[in-house]
Amino acid sequence: MANPGGGTVCNGKLHNHKKQSNGLQSRNCTKNGIVKEAQQNGRTHFYDKLIVESFEEAPLHVMVFTYMGYGIGTLFGYLRDFMRNWGIEKCNAAVERKEQRDFVPLYQDFENFYTRNLYMRIRDNWNRPICSAPGALFDVMERVSDDYNWTFRFTGRVIKDVINMGSYNFLGLAAKYDESMRTIKDVLEVYGTGVASTRHEMGTLDKHKELEDLVAKFLNVEAAMVFGMGFATNSMNIPALVGKGCLILSDELNHTSLVLGARLSGATIRIFKHNNTQSLEKLLRDAVIYGQPRTRRAWKKILILVEGVYSMEGSIVHLPQIIALKKKYKAYLYIDEAHSIGAVGPTGRGVTEFFGLDPHEVDVLMGTFTKSFGAAGGYIAGRKDLVDYLRVHSHSAVYASSMSPPIAEQIIRSLKHLMGMDGTTQGLQRVRQLAKNTRYFRQRLQEMGFIIYGNENSPVVPLLLYMPGKVAAFARHMLEKKIGVVVVGFPATPLAEARARFCVSAAHTREMLDTP
Amino acid sequence: MATATEQWVLVEMVQALYEAPAYHLILEGILILWIIRLLFSKTYKLQERSDLTVKEKEELIEEWQPEPLVPPVPKDHPALNYNIVSGPPSHKIVVNGKECINFASFNFLGLLDNPRVKAAALASLKKYGVGTCGPRGFYGTFDVHLDLEDRLAKFMKTEEAIIYSYGFATIASAIPAYSKRGDIVFVDRAACFAIQKGLQASRSDIKLFKHNDMADLERLLKEQEIEDQKNPRKARVTRRFIVVEGLYMNTGTICPLPELVKLKYKYKARIFLEESLSFGVLGEHGRGVTEHYGINLSLRKYSQAPESRERNVWTLFGSRFKQMLLKENLIDDIDLISANMENALASIGGFCCGRSFVIDHQRLSGQGYCFSASLPPLLAAAAIEALNIMEENPGIFAVLKEKCRQIHKALQGISGLKVVGESLSPAFHLQLEESTGSREQDVRLLQEIVDQCMNRSIALTQARYLEKEEKCLPPPRVGSFQSALPTSLCFKRRWLGASRVETIWSPFPLSRTSTGKKRTTPPFYCL
Repeated sequence: MANPGGGTVCNGKLHNHKKQSNGLQSRNCTKNGIVKEAQQNGRTHFYDKLIVESFEEAPLHVMVFTYMGYGIGTLFGYLRDFMRNWGIEKCNAAVERKEQRDFVPLYQDFENFYTRNLYMRIRDNWNRPICSAPGALFDVMERVSDDYNWTFRFTGRVIKDVINMGSYNFLGLAAKYDESMRTIKDVLEVYGTGVASTRHEMGTLDKHKELEDLVAKFLNVEAAMVFGMGFATNSMNIPALVGKGCLILSDELNHTSLVLGARLSGATIRIFKHNNTQSLEKLLRDAVIYGQPRTRRAWKKILILVEGVYSMEGSIVHLPQIIALKKKYKAYLYIDEAHSIGAVGPTGRGVTEFFGLDPHEVDVLMGTFTKSFGAAGGYIAGRKDLVDYLRVHSHSAVYASSMSPPIAEQIIRSLKHLMGMDGTTQGLQRVRQLAKNTRYFRQRLQEMGFIIYGNENSPVVPLLLYMPGKVAAFARHMLEKKIGVVVVGFPATPLAEARARFCVSAAHTREMLDTP
Repeated sequence: MATATEQWVLVEMVQALYEAPAYHLILEGILILWIIRLLFSKTYKLQERSDLTVKEKEELIEEWQPEPLVPPVPKDHPALNYNIVSGPPSHKIVVNGKECINFASFNFLGLLDNPRVKAAALASLKKYGVGTCGPRGFYGTFDVHLDLEDRLAKFMKTEEAIIYSYGFATIASAIPAYSKRGDIVFVDRAACFAIQKGLQASRSDIKLFKHNDMADLERLLKEQEIEDQKNPRKARVTRRFIVVEGLYMNTGTICPLPELVKLKYKYKARIFLEESLSFGVLGEHGRGVTEHYGINLSLRKYSQAPESRERNVWTLFGSRFKQMLLKENLIDDIDLISANMENALASIGGFCCGRSFVIDHQRLSGQGYCFSASLPPLLAAAAIEALNIMEENPGIFAVLKEKCRQIHKALQGISGLKVVGESLSPAFHLQLEESTGSREQDVRLLQEIVDQCMNRSIALTQARYLEKEEKCLPPPRVGSFQSALPTSLCFKRRWLGASRVETIWSPFPLSRTSTGKKRTTPPFYCL
């Protein structure tokens, strides 16, 4: 129940051997649960590489305390709602205006119960405003609340040089302006910021063409198309690819944008267990054999939606097995590399390179420029006919503004940097540094006895906190120690698996990583 | 005698029953039950169920051939042979290497290449770099975002504003944040694609009313009221929304807001207003359609008042009163206003504004807000500067309106083409007066016009739609977008450019028309 990953995966085969957690043992024993038996031996052959991934279960007493925490929080919530109702406690929430009191309420009362009574208590740990570039160090604006987080007030002070473990700045390319960003300045001065038209109408700039060619070259595929927003790349293009009579098989932990895109497409959606190829195969088999429900017509096409690196789990998709399945059952594969492009693989070309596979084995390669490239927007790459089709049919191309030129230039700069087209090997060094930092950081956390999730090569490192009270305490304490971390709780994770997420960056130095 | 014999037989039978061995009785009992079962069961099964064998399954898997992931696209599709714009798409635009006057961008206020906006963006670039590397919740909130939200809220005179990093995602995320399965949304037929997608994501019941037809809307609302009376329990939890656009992207018409507000209170439905085209265009200060109507409404209310006393008050304290009235303007009656910053503000992104009670909810429920990286700070800084310019020069809105009026007038009476849209809309469409009968042919004809214009250095574009996806597909059109250029220098240049165009532009015949008659278009009048 507490383990969505379903176990440890070794050598490409899925063993369902969850680490047996001896729940009654004391807390110190969590260390024993860490997977150490899987050894790294195939470093050169990525295909044969062991997937070292751990999803360790928590000891029983931790789970008991976690649920108790939620229970107590809920009880107090009811008590305070009761007091607010009777006017004993002042209600700070915004209320409906007088004229519209007799309308059907805009929110169902229970909808906001969690927000009002649990989230509000620890709200100060999210949306922390910063006032510098999101580099390895950033400046956080200090804010205080006089009414238990209902409103915030800025003190005007700035907490300087907080170590940034929260931003997805994997390659450290989001940084303060320096000379290497000169081209962006030039583009900004010539083009301005906006485009004020769609790709189909009058919004295809030469910069977009340049960027698309470069992305295709970087990914080693035939063609690519770029879009103005990463989220919209998924939600506006999946509907162009599949529709009624098609089947989408989606990983249970896929990002909201994929879920939304799938939902908007009108196709039937079935969910398989996270990274579980057995579950996927069963669904595929049934789908091909039995066809659509009731009518029993064959599916028009089957699309598998997965992510490269899962942002909340830190796990890497089991690509070789999924590709084998996809071939066997003639399904299509759509892979969202939002967190993996630039971040995994020896030269940062994402999960296909990580596993040493030909990028053309994946039908649709999608990714975003927000994370590794320090910009904004997303791309879809693959065969030319796919990209041509999207140029014509993508919702985004027809109805949404195209990408801002200076943003496009930042991506061009980053790509050139990574491909060594700027005449240096610094880009490559960044990728290597990231891999080194990731290993080191994960190892250190394990040594310290924390339960961490995910693949050892994933720069997203979730550290399990479980208890809701600890979530707030951890984040506040970390900020005191000048470390900015992201903490996540329900509903972004399962109820009992609140966690902190560290994002390792190439720009982090050893000392910074040692600080936590 | 006979009866005695019969009696004897009966006795004998009973006796035989006693004497019969147990197995015999059981057997006969079973047989009787079997007969009963046969009598009452169906004689044959309708569906013979037998599970597939492994081999059959393998065969099925072997046989299944999916459709190709993407169907082939015709090589001559315009989207594949797209125009490439080099340099900024401002009032002059270089399309495929040819310099044209730009009538194809939504750059209404000419802020796209404004040096002040660029300078502000540059300053932001120097401080923050480009990307934010995270969603708003996770260290993606920069001080510029808070500033921009604050400024937008103040500009629109609302309590709160929330910014999204993409214009399309704004209304498409805002609608499903409120309207859920089972709720009812009344929406105009001509609503833009972003609204359609938002509605689809919300999974609510959608009721379309005829474009700008308040009677039709009222009919639907009444129908719903009757429905509600039948099932009051359900009605108590069914939210009702009216989703309209300020200035319709697809038609260039303005929504009748005062009537909508009346209906809102009458039938207790909330209004969501999409202002992507009207924000920064309509109203004295560019606040959009609420401001546009706000003044008119208040004026009308008081000038038509029967009591002469009130009229006197109005004339006596004219300006003071007007200001007071402005305060209670329409904006409070609108539950949510959304607009993108990609048109008038010439940046990227969008925003929603309204009362905190409504807007704040999106900070946890707006999918495009929570799960997407935040707006790059340099784009937010550009939007702030654009707002500054708008606030400092309220005159540009009057200039824009005047220009729109002029060009509308000038374009009237072109035989074969009609102008679709209000005269104060900076975006309007030219549509064939009579369709040739097939959409493809219409498109080709219009494309010819666009190409001809391009040859004469005027950049126009066909309004593009996904024909299969649109709920109510508008007929093919050429879109034209006006812009007001704030500085006199630009303005002059525009005039010069125009006179050049006028001389070049001679009436040209359209070769193919439906009637076969030659139609001519008079010279395009350009400002």
